[in-house]
Amino acid sequence: MTTTASAPTDQATRVLVCAYDRLTPDLGVAALIGDTQVALFRLADGSVHAVQNLCPFSGASVLSRGITGTRGDVPTIASPIYKQVFSLIDGTCLVTMDKEPQAGIAPDLVVHPVTVDNGQVYIDLAGGP
Amino acid sequence: MTETKRIVVVGGGMVAHRFTEAMRDRDADGQHHITVLGEEPRAPYDRVALTSYFTGKDPEELSLGTPELWDDPRVTLHRDALVTRIDREAREVEDGAGRRFPYDHLVMATGSYAWSPPMEGADLPGVFVYRTIDDVAALRLYVEARAKELRRPVRGAVIGGGLLGLEAAGALQGLGATSTVIQFADRLMNLQVDEGGGHALSRLIENLGVSVRCNTATQAIKPDKSGRAGRLTFADGGEMLVDVVIFATGVRPRDELGREAGLAMGERGGVVVDDTCLTDDPAISAIGEVACIQGACIGLIAPGNTMAEIAVDRLLGGQSTFPGADTSAKLKLLGVDVASFGDAFAQTPGALELVYADPVAGVYKKLVLTDDARTLLGGILVGDASAYASLRPMVGSDLGEDPAAWLLPEGSGERPSVELPDEANVCSCNNVSAGAIRCAVTDEGCTDIAGVKACTKAGTSCGSCLPLVKKIMGTELEKAGIEVSNALCEHFDMSRAQLFSAIQVSELRTFSEIIERFGVGRGCDLCKPAIASILASLYNEHVLAQDRAALQDTNDRVMANMQKDGTYSVVPRVPGGEILPEHLILIGQIAQDYGLYTKITGGQRIDLFGARLEQLPSIWKRLVDAGMESGHAYGKSLRTVKSCVGSTWCRYGVQDSVGMAIALELRYRGLRSPHKLKLGVSGCARECAEARGKDVGVIATDKGWNIYVGGNGGFTPKHAQLLVEDVDGATVFQVIDRYLMYYIRTADRLQRTAPWQEEHEGGLEAIREVIMEDSLGICADLDEHMARHIDSYEDEWKAVLNDPERLAQFTSFVNAPDQPDPSLAYVEQRGQRRPATASERESGAVLIAPSTLEVRS
Ligand SMILES: Cc1cc2nc3c(=O)[nH]c(=O)nc-3n(C[C@H](O)[C@H](O)[C@H](O)COP(=O)(O)OP(=O)(O)OC[C@H]3O[C@@H](n4cnc5c(N)ncnc54)[C@H](O)[C@@H]3O)c2cc1C
Ligand code: SF4
Repeated sequence: MTTTASAPTDQATRVLVCAYDRLTPDLGVAALIGDTQVALFRLADGSVHAVQNLCPFSGASVLSRGITGTRGDVPTIASPIYKQVFSLIDGTCLVTMDKEPQAGIAPDLVVHPVTVDNGQVYIDLAGGP
Repeated sequence: MTETKRIVVVGGGMVAHRFTEAMRDRDADGQHHITVLGEEPRAPYDRVALTSYFTGKDPEELSLGTPELWDDPRVTLHRDALVTRIDREAREVEDGAGRRFPYDHLVMATGSYAWSPPMEGADLPGVFVYRTIDDVAALRLYVEARAKELRRPVRGAVIGGGLLGLEAAGALQGLGATSTVIQFADRLMNLQVDEGGGHALSRLIENLGVSVRCNTATQAIKPDKSGRAGRLTFADGGEMLVDVVIFATGVRPRDELGREAGLAMGERGGVVVDDTCLTDDPAISAIGEVACIQGACIGLIAPGNTMAEIAVDRLLGGQSTFPGADTSAKLKLLGVDVASFGDAFAQTPGALELVYADPVAGVYKKLVLTDDARTLLGGILVGDASAYASLRPMVGSDLGEDPAAWLLPEGSGERPSVELPDEANVCSCNNVSAGAIRCAVTDEGCTDIAGVKACTKAGTSCGSCLPLVKKIMGTELEKAGIEVSNALCEHFDMSRAQLFSAIQVSELRTFSEIIERFGVGRGCDLCKPAIASILASLYNEHVLAQDRAALQDTNDRVMANMQKDGTYSVVPRVPGGEILPEHLILIGQIAQDYGLYTKITGGQRIDLFGARLEQLPSIWKRLVDAGMESGHAYGKSLRTVKSCVGSTWCRYGVQDSVGMAIALELRYRGLRSPHKLKLGVSGCARECAEARGKDVGVIATDKGWNIYVGGNGGFTPKHAQLLVEDVDGATVFQVIDRYLMYYIRTADRLQRTAPWQEEHEGGLEAIREVIMEDSLGICADLDEHMARHIDSYEDEWKAVLNDPERLAQFTSFVNAPDQPDPSLAYVEQRGQRRPATASERESGAVLIAPSTLEVRS
């Protein structure tokens, strides 16, 4: 079975993160790939999404601990620190809560391609939109 | 550049405040500089609310005007500045210190002074008047000191049975003195109410323990052995023992400055002004109680404010004139409603009176109507003045077929609903018409009560018109097709309170069922925590049970408080702030072992900062093993019950405040609510626990406990208001059980108790009726709900430690569970660590990285 939430990943650069069953619906986890922290979400519809774990507005690596939701049809993640809301599809910051991101950090999130292959979840840091 | 006009205002009272505020609001180009010279040692304050000084309000809470107003560069306020002379020729005023203030325009707002009749003994120690904060502060000191000396209740007497006299009688009672009102006329409040009303009023007041003597002329105040007020003698030969006497025999305008300056004076005093508030010197206006307008000085705030607005308007080139005074008044004296409005004494030729009296309930209501019994002219309401807000603006309007319906008790059949004409005056304090409120909605786009208040000032003074303002606003919004939206978010149309009862009634227990039934979509960061909180309030199940973990807000999700760098703080419960030495040592030991920053919180416990997600279970295991439990510092739930040391150690304490605090904290621990809840308990009136800054404050009295509710710190601090007095311990629990449960069921998302209480229909009074008199018939249900909460409490951390599945959530990385977050960085400060700032990280000043903070476990 292959469930893709984003563009397909390159077999060579993708990294195995965990078993799909280890993910609880709507409850994010963090993953460490090299030095990069990734926030990983399995949504209620079964899709899996990965974005940077770094919250641009606080500078803390916490997005995996935010609340998932939707704005219109877009699945979202809200930062647990100052409650900004980001799209899980393209990383756009949808609600800034009238705040500026930390100096030198873009307000939108980097989205990482995810594949679920044979019950295993892979993230591809090299790939991307 | 145009020249700035120098305005000098003499007197720093209520009307001076209104003048200054209106000028700053309306003088858009800043053409006027205002200097306010006030004799009192403080900025203008709300004299109307003076009596609340005795229910514990700070003098600062009575202040009028935002700090910005008095800091405005175009406003200068001099306190302690008694003006002694007006020099009309030089256009200057001089104060007692010899300072001179030149003016282009002078505004006299010197108000009135409390008049006492020339009577033998009127100058004895123990005789007071009732006009300023200093007056009431002196009265309080005296009564408290006498109570100590005499070791029996202080005997108080108030001479004068008008509005002020009844306020003063209430104040004496509030100070623990007995009080007798001595009235020369044949009834109380003879200026406002007729005979029938006066009798109803006497009965109600006497029921409250205040004695009333009408038709009594006081002749002299005789000293006791120590030379202080000791005895009253009356014209009929009677006598009465007293320890303290208050004169409430009326006020006289403070017109001496105008008199000496040669301005025209009214027959009975006051500086004569025309309908534009100008005196006979075009460079001088007079406003407020000192002004004799249309032949009389008026002792009410509403006409004074109108005059202030007119004076401002005229200075800015406007054309407004004084419309005549509305002498309507609604008062709450000692908890008794009294209102009179319009032609209350039926002096219009041919006027009819329609009276409803219920002597048992102590209610008297009268409407004065035109001879065809249709048009309202005025009325008197004693005992139940709930119809006042709707009736007063109806003066001059048609009451419809059945005016008598307006007199029926609240709740007996529908009150007729009549659309108010635009010109009807809804807020008489600030002179706001129904039209102005409609306009705020239709033209200014206001959609809530706060907006309408800010835009029109309606309801910002005495507040009695708020229910009506709300109604007019609602109708207007409806007409404009604007839905009054209480919707939680895009997924739920309902308000939190509606959703609460929907969930309760449907008995649904999971988010997915709830959103399927009552909402749309998948939810979001607004509705998920709100529903998690409702479910927790209703069923008290574990916050991480079933699908709940994913619903919880940041902190509840891992049962710790997330800090700015993504680490957490840990706070074990310390009920009432009482802690065993071995627990103190354990907390210190844990802090050392994990390198946590420690700080004592405002809630009398200890906060340990800097714990990483994956460290939380091992830290909690040590705490739980030693018998400590979650302090819920992370929850929208009961936080702490702060207490003073109380009667067990303190020399002044009258009750065991620590024992009460512990009992309360154990009773309500774990209770989830729309926002955090804090309680406080003080062992005597000295209030060392600052309990009135809490959602619920319990303060010991000689006879039991007083309960105050709705205090909040934070952004807009509020002191808690008195709910009940002198109740025993069991009642304390019952009252707080109901108050909290009712709040939990009906408040909005993230609404704290203070705004909830304020916005609740009918305010605190209505809440008191719900929980003390069971006016909604829900008390049994509230009691049962709280009992269920108390029975089903479990320590949520202990439960998690026993559950491997939930423990799995406390890992740093799904693929590297033992690796700490590599981005954390700390520096040392005062012997402990704190998160490094961005520049410290860059400069490499970082001293401590997480891997060097290893744990001994
Ligand atoms: C206990 C109490 C309850 C009341 N309840 C109500 C009520 O329910 N409804 C209602 O409508 N009204 C009520 N009033 C009346 C209301 O407070 C007054 O109408 C209102 O305060 C008048 O405002 P003012 O500015 O004219 O006078 P004030 O508020 O009295 O202000 C005048 C100020 O000028 C100062 N001053 C005087 N002379 C000088 C001078 N030469 N130099 C410098 N400063 C000077 C005085 O010290 C004072 O601070 C109540 C009054 C009291 C005392
Ligand atoms: S409030 Fe009263 S009992 Fe409590 S510490 Fe202060 S003085 Fe003592």
